[in-house]
Amino acid sequence: MNTAHHATGLFAGVDVGASRTKAVVLDQKRKLLGSDVLKSGLDFSGTAETCLQAALHKAGMSADSLTSCVATGYGRKNVRRSGITKTEIACHAKGCFHFFPMAMTIIDIGGQDNKVIKLDNVGRRIHFKMNRKCAAGTGAFLEEMALRLDLALEDMDHLARQSQEMVELGSFCTVFSATEVLENIRQGRKIEDIVKGVYHSMLKRVLEMDTLDDAVVLTGGVVAHNPFLAEMATVLTGSEILVPPFPQLTGAFGAALYGLELESRPDTRQADSGHT
Amino acid sequence: MKTPAEHRAPAFQAGKTLKKIMADHFLELDAAAKSRERKIAWCSSVGPVELLRGMGFLVYFPENHAAMLGATRMATELIPTANALGFSPEICSYLTSDIGSYLRQKTPLSKAYGINALPKPDVLVFNTNQCRDVQDWFAWYAREFQVPLLGIFSHRDLGKIKDYHLQDIAKQIQDLVPDLERIAGRPFDLERFQEAVRLSKTTSALWRACLETAAERPSPWSFFDHSIHMGPAVVARGTQVAVEYYEQLLAELRERVRTRTAAVPDEQHRLYWDGMPIWGKLRALSELFASLKTCVTASTYCNSWIYEQLDPEVPFKSMARAYTELFIVRNEQFKEQYIREHVRAYHCDGILFHDSKTCPNNSNARYGLPQRLQSVSGIATLAINGDLNDLRCYSEEQTKTQIEAFIEQLEE
Ligand code: SF4
Repeated sequence: MNTAHHATGLFAGVDVGASRTKAVVLDQKRKLLGSDVLKSGLDFSGTAETCLQAALHKAGMSADSLTSCVATGYGRKNVRRSGITKTEIACHAKGCFHFFPMAMTIIDIGGQDNKVIKLDNVGRRIHFKMNRKCAAGTGAFLEEMALRLDLALEDMDHLARQSQEMVELGSFCTVFSATEVLENIRQGRKIEDIVKGVYHSMLKRVLEMDTLDDAVVLTGGVVAHNPFLAEMATVLTGSEILVPPFPQLTGAFGAALYGLELESRPDTRQADSGHT
Repeated sequence: MKTPAEHRAPAFQAGKTLKKIMADHFLELDAAAKSRERKIAWCSSVGPVELLRGMGFLVYFPENHAAMLGATRMATELIPTANALGFSPEICSYLTSDIGSYLRQKTPLSKAYGINALPKPDVLVFNTNQCRDVQDWFAWYAREFQVPLLGIFSHRDLGKIKDYHLQDIAKQIQDLVPDLERIAGRPFDLERFQEAVRLSKTTSALWRACLETAAERPSPWSFFDHSIHMGPAVVARGTQVAVEYYEQLLAELRERVRTRTAAVPDEQHRLYWDGMPIWGKLRALSELFASLKTCVTASTYCNSWIYEQLDPEVPFKSMARAYTELFIVRNEQFKEQYIREHVRAYHCDGILFHDSKTCPNNSNARYGLPQRLQSVSGIATLAINGDLNDLRCYSEEQTKTQIEAFIEQLEE
């Protein structure tokens, strides 16, 4: 990788999540030139490289012109091309602050876990929390429910929007919720009402993880594919919920921004928190 | 990339002595259990050990054995055996793993010392100052071995400690004497008891001095070392062996301070650890923190193990005080103040709360304490979920990410 200053300055961020791998390529003006999303699968290193190549391809660039590549996410240590790793907590914070430069509470709903991250008005992280080892409120919960309802994941959003009378699901646990879903199917409740109930239950689990201070930003792959969640969250909290333009890419975007910032501050280029 | 070994400071010379003390402790108990020449008492870790020593008992600590089950990662497999008996997976995993170990006849003592059975007790003695689980745990063994069970029932959640608290506890300790005399088959020996109290006090003073070396920058040792080297303060408290051990360790630590030998080379951050160790992950966590140039310089678990209130002149009353003034017995305000003072004294940049699934008594992140500390003193806090012994309650990857993110946060 060419680590010297490059005329065009090209910055990649690769976010290897437990479920999906995301890659973005930015120019030095922080403009998104290309991106890609793939299933992480079993070969994190291979997927990361394929995903990055696809993002580069869409940007019309080649890996040779990369100025830096920063990796984040669960499989961040598996990204061979990256010399720098940052946690997804740091990267989501960086990505969200780029789009909304203000004090905020970020809620990241991922495939396997959730995070609540609090930033002050200069983007410094004050506090964060991750969900306990439980699928409640994560993408895995949605997947399980889709399976029970025999639905494709991508059909859930428009179904939920059609609901007139939402079903209440009270359980905290994914398995118990699945039983409740089955009970509602048995009672002949409409599928759209059950799906909305599933969304509602999921949001409640996430929103109750912490206090919601300042602006509330919803990010992560689950929101990207289920945008109705953000609308429901607005109703639930009674306040506006911000969503960055490409919520699934926020982590990768933040990672690329770290590379860009390190490049513009050469003295901090060694400030690598990842011990790769 | 640095290998884990490169992140580590050289091993402590005292480590050899430590190994010998632990071996002698178990071998002596094993020999006594076989020969029946000396009586054996099982005691909870903050139970009235000085009295037991004063009465000539050899003392065995089930919690120490349970911690070994955790450290050797045998616990997780043994816990379900106790669960099947009706001991919930939600209660103390020291209890469940230890009873599981007994029932399955699997103990880390076999591999370490060639000992295949626990030393059968003549009596079991607990103090509920730490929790109620110890009495249920000991009660199970009392039924199993058909031996007497004695206990001290402590006041808990104490703010200011009143004289009536101390009088009550002192009386309860004193009331153990007739039963213990009968079991020991010998009369109470005040002088011997006072000697044990004196040695315990000296051990505590030395242990404190050892811990205080971690206030230096760089710190010569970390919480992960403290957790290991605390062994003699538990199993040999009230004996000359413990005193000599901590004299040796203290000399070594002072030498490390003098030569600026750091536990974590290039120490950049310092943390306070609240809650139990995650025994099966001590090494992994120690390496993770070292790779992040972070030294955990103090902890509630190790730093509150100090009983300097002991006074051989007033042994019963001072024992009552020492075992009542303990952190775990105190109310939230006391705990908040205690942690704040220790964070300051040990120059910590942040506090990590280990919320241990099966030990609410040592988990202080459940009533808003981290939030209060963060808002009052501006110190960054992080709560991780795990357990002392049940590794099914611990997500290594998630915890690693949280810890790395926390250090990133301190760096930004
Ligand atoms: S204090 Fe916690 S770990 Fe210790 S015996 Fe009680 S419940 Fe178990």
